[in-house]
Amino acid sequence: MKKLINDPDAVVREALEGIEAAHADKVRVVYDPMMIVRADAPVQGKVGIVSGGGSGHEPMHGGFVGAGMLDAACPGEVFTSPTPDQMLEATKAVDGGAGVLHIVKNYTGDVLNFEMAADLAKGEGIEVEAVVTNDDVAVQDSLYTAGRRGVGITVIAEKICGAAAEERRPLADVAELCRRVNDQGRSMGMALTACVTPGSGQPSFDLGDDEMEIGIGIHGEPGRYREQLAPAADIVERLATAIVDDLPYASGDRVLAFVNGMGGTPLIELYIVYRELDRFLQGRGITIERRLIGNYITSLEMAGCSITLLRLDDELTRLWDAPADTPALRIC
Amino acid sequence: MSITAADVRAWIGAYARTISEHRVELVKLDTAIGDADHGTNMERGMKAAVEKVDATDGDDIGALLKAVGMALVSKVGGAAGPLYGTLFLQMGMATTGRDSLDLAGWAGALEAGVKGVQARGKAEPEDKTMIDALLPAVEALRAAEGDGAALGDALHRSAAAAEEGMKATIPLEARKGRASYLGPRSVGHQDPGATSAHLLLQTAVETFGGAERR
Repeated sequence: MKKLINDPDAVVREALEGIEAAHADKVRVVYDPMMIVRADAPVQGKVGIVSGGGSGHEPMHGGFVGAGMLDAACPGEVFTSPTPDQMLEATKAVDGGAGVLHIVKNYTGDVLNFEMAADLAKGEGIEVEAVVTNDDVAVQDSLYTAGRRGVGITVIAEKICGAAAEERRPLADVAELCRRVNDQGRSMGMALTACVTPGSGQPSFDLGDDEMEIGIGIHGEPGRYREQLAPAADIVERLATAIVDDLPYASGDRVLAFVNGMGGTPLIELYIVYRELDRFLQGRGITIERRLIGNYITSLEMAGCSITLLRLDDELTRLWDAPADTPALRIC
Repeated sequence: MSITAADVRAWIGAYARTISEHRVELVKLDTAIGDADHGTNMERGMKAAVEKVDATDGDDIGALLKAVGMALVSKVGGAAGPLYGTLFLQMGMATTGRDSLDLAGWAGALEAGVKGVQARGKAEPEDKTMIDALLPAVEALRAAEGDGAALGDALHRSAAAAEEGMKATIPLEARKGRASYLGPRSVGHQDPGATSAHLLLQTAVETFGGAERR
């Protein structure tokens, strides 16, 4: 597998150095322990918002650090959760006296490391709330398992909570809002190809030219089902049906529709996905009131897409529309 | 007939070498049902653990084990970092101030460590996790203690129980960790965490086996 890198062991660090060189007006980069922090952190009186996870999902999360979104992001190794010492330092760096919200995707590693970090931060007298996102309908939910993965809704939650924090709303409110976004959001993804981590150099799974994986996560793990490749209209119907029927979203609902590329799928195909999703939702009487289309939560060079829906109300719509100025997402 | 601080240092060093030797195997197992990083992450963590242990003077076994735990928590990441980190931190708490461990001391330390892993990860037996190797190992140690077995024999029995538990993960459907996302597709694969846990106990036999002669 060909990759545009210098050294497989230096990928995360060198990418951080690139971010630092490119976006010094918005963020500062710390290398030991690794984190990307809003340039003007801590913002006094504002709830700090910290997220983090394995690298390889760019622009998530580091690309979303900036005014109106995250205060800090902790990058781990590729597809590996960051460690509690990173999260603790990030929490301390963004605490402006109003407490800190951890937005955590539901992966065992992320959850365990953030739990340890929250314990440590509380030990240092910082008020911390954690919200775990778990929007992936491909995984059966159960009290007895690791539960559903946190995927696309995380990006939207970071945007909406960031806006609420800018309004100086208290920690409990921002955390409650995060839970509401997660509760009203659902996602599902599919892959046309596997991805290759720089460390292994091998595809994460073998997929035939005429096959696809339905119900993938964001770490190159295989999906729930392997199927014959189908036209975009059929794939979108498959994903959207599972999403809409799960919440369920009903006729008359207004939604934010997020069509996300997994990293290796061109925008021309994502717009075809959006076309099909728009038609499908119209058929169900659901109105797309806001949308986001592009590569925001990726799995290295994997080809494929995920669809996320968020049921909107006036407050969520207003917070989505509020300004954000980050390296990867600008709303003005 | 006891495990000394020097033995514990040797055990950590031997486990780091064992993990490096099995790195490719662990990555392969993790590629099948996880995200292909278990061997790489454990190798990075154990390398840091050895450095931490080398930098820790004295013969307080608890301090050595806590140093390993802190290194794993801050270097491994993923789920394995907090889980193996907790295992060693709790073992360290249980052995604070001790410069040697008899069978009861070793069994108590491992039991405390495994309880910590369960509290952190909330895994039950047959969830297809490292617990499936660790719990039987503790039970075998306690049974050997009850039988009045010698330390070396007890270590053998605990490693054998861990191996059996590891192999028994193959037909299981994962309920915890990243493999659980595969549902029925996780069946037929050996759990990577149970595999690295078995290696830990196997290394203990190989290192502490000599403790018998003292």
